[in-house]
Formats: sequence, C-alpha cells, structure tokens
Amino acid sequence: MEHYLSLLVKSIFIENMALAFFLGMCTFIALSKKVETAIGLGIAVVVVQTITVPANNLIYTYLLKDGALAWAGLPDVDLSFLGLLSYIGVIAAIVQILEMLLDKYVPALYNALGVFLPLITVNCAIMGGTLFMVERDYDLAESVVYGLGSGFSWALAIALLAAIREKLKYSDVPAGLQGLGITFITIGLMSLGFMSFSGVQL
Amino acid sequence: MAEPTIKGVLLDPIFNNNPIGLQILGICSALAVTSNLKTAIVMSIALTLVTGFSGMFISMIRAQIPSSIRMIVQMVIIASLVIVVDQFLKAYAYGLSKQLSVFVGLIITNCIVMGRAEAFAMSNPPVLSFFDGIGNGLGYSAMLIILGIIRELFGSGKLVGVTIFQTMNDGGWYLPNGLLLLPPSAFFLIGLIIWALRMWKREQMEKPDFVMAPNTAEKEAY
Repeated sequence: MEHYLSLLVKSIFIENMALAFFLGMCTFIALSKKVETAIGLGIAVVVVQTITVPANNLIYTYLLKDGALAWAGLPDVDLSFLGLLSYIGVIAAIVQILEMLLDKYVPALYNALGVFLPLITVNCAIMGGTLFMVERDYDLAESVVYGLGSGFSWALAIALLAAIREKLKYSDVPAGLQGLGITFITIGLMSLGFMSFSGVQL
Repeated sequence: MAEPTIKGVLLDPIFNNNPIGLQILGICSALAVTSNLKTAIVMSIALTLVTGFSGMFISMIRAQIPSSIRMIVQMVIIASLVIVVDQFLKAYAYGLSKQLSVFVGLIITNCIVMGRAEAFAMSNPPVLSFFDGIGNGLGYSAMLIILGIIRELFGSGKLVGVTIFQTMNDGGWYLPNGLLLLPPSAFFLIGLIIWALRMWKREQMEKPDFVMAPNTAEKEAY
C-alpha cells in the first residue's frame, strides 16, 4: 500500500506532468485564461488518463510486449514496434466512447466539458503518461495509480496557472511580453517552485 | 490570402509565423529536449521530416478522406511515420534514442504536425504541403536550436559535447550556470525570445485586456 501511495505523491508533485515534463503545454497555455474552464479540462484529463493508462498497460502486456502473445501460441512474436500506433488508437477510441457516454448519461458534465473533450486526444500529457508507463514497466495496479496521479498533477497545474493569469491581466506588463511571453515566464516561476519537491525522497 | 508559393510557405513560418513563438504549437517537446544541442538537433530533424512527409501524404489522399473520420486517418499516417523515425533511431543511434526517451513518440501528439495537416495539407496540393510542413518544421527547429545553444553553452560550457568554456571544475575559468540545465530555464528563455521577436515584429504583439489609466492626479511630488 505504501508503495502505491508514494507513487501517487511522486507522480503528482515531483514528476508533475506539466511543470516538470512540459507535457500538454499547448492546451495548458491556450486554455488557462479562466479558472472555470481550466478546472473542467483538468477533470476531463484526470478521467481520461485514469482509463487510458491501465487500458494501454493491458494492451502492452498481453498483445505487444516481446513474447506477450505466448497465450495465443506465438511465443516468438514481438509487436512492440506497433506500440505508438495502438496507444494513440486506444486514446482516440476511449475519448470518443467517453464523449458518447457522457452525452447520453451525464449531459451536464458533457456540456461543461464541451469542446475540450475531443481535444484531449491530442494532449501530449495523455500520450506521455502511457509512454512513461511502458518505459518504466509499471504493472496494472501501478498504472492505475500512475494514471490517476499524473492526470491530477496536470489538472492541478492548469488550475493554478489559470488562477494566476486571472489576476495577471490587471497588471501592467511591457507591451512585447503581453500575453504569451509573460505566461511563459509565469510558468517558469511555477516550475521553479515545483522543483523544490524534487529533493523529497519517498 | 495570396496564392501560396513554395518559397513563401517555406520561409514564412521561420520568422513571421513561428509555430512556437506565435501559434503556440508544439511547445511540449521544445522544452524538454533542449538541455543539450545534440538532442535538440536530432529532435528538429525528426520533427521536420515527419511534418513534411505527413503533409505530403495527407494531401495526396485528401480528396478520398471522409471528413467525419479525417482525424483518425491523419493520426494513423502521422503515427506510422513516427514509428519509422523511432525504429530508425533505435537501430542507428540507440544511446540518443534512450536520451530522447518518450519524446520521439510524442511527435505524434505534437500539435504542429496535426495543426499543419488540418490547416494546410487538407486544402492544398502535395508538393506545396510538403514544403509547408518542412517550413514549419524549420521554424520549430530554429527555436529549438537557439534554445539548445544557449542552454548547453552557458549551462555546461559545451556545445555538442565539445568544451567551449573550460569550467572551473576542470581547472578553467567558467562557472557554469546550473539553472540553465533545469526545466524552468527553458520557460524563461522562450518567454524572453518571444519578447525579442515581438519587439522586432511589432504587429505580433497581443492587445492587453485592460490598459492602465494614465495618472491624472495632481502632481503631488512637486
């Protein structure tokens, strides 16, 4: 149990998806002007991440890994080069299914998320989570925890950035830095803050 | 908009319409791989080729793609190209591909590739789309290489692994600035580069939401 808890804390704070690995930056910057949309998007990412990382873990373990097809009588087959293609397919499919399910059963949440849900397909944080899972050889339980933690880390970062930017628009920024420039510098400072977690040993 | 020409689509994204500086695309990998110049260069080449060829292939079959599933078709083409690049790197530059870790795979979700496929290749002929992809790739590369040079040179006193500034630890004179090797420095540098770019090309500046009212109070200082 302790192992999973430390993995969770590690993936949220120390290895923050947005601030330590710069994943999902495009959406991170484009959609962080308002706290409300940022939180909506954050929740969507947590949900998708928690589903896709374990799903891709299953696919990797039982279909793609070297020797994974032994159960089908093909012990010599190594399909791991198909990884990238399958992961992105799984992510796109899950996002699509989630969109249809939410539309049917939870229309309120569906309307709140709106256009952000399909955009999640191309969010590198989701793909990155899967690739890190494969690279670090997590098992199924670990990948559930890691999916949850990394999704939450991204949601946390975007909510924080949106809150800062809401205040920032009232401040007097030099003309050339206005908008994108100052946002980058803000993220840099936040990232510097999160670096202080990196000494924590779990 | 004027008819796009090969020269136009090739050069425009480098300064006037830089994918990182203006369009906010493809930032993820720009930050992570630039702590040394070598990985930055490899990443630039990989991305430029993928963007160019994906533009070309998508443009070739653009008339056949039903618009409802075009995203998936584009994804499949891009993912296949990235697999080729990934396998190639693993075969010929294994150490480098370990260093780049997940970021080669993440070219798939790099918004530049998708963005150009969607915005340009779907409505233009193959050759032009190819050069548009290459041009955007070069715009991205320019930013990546500038960042790579600054971060590696001042962060560790080297360029592509060759010592330029002898560091103090090796008995030289240069005290390396360790911050430049850490993630946050990339954000600061991009912010500053954008500032410089916008001072040069003033039409790229963004309008502020609120403007400070000028101080109209009596001049109390007198």
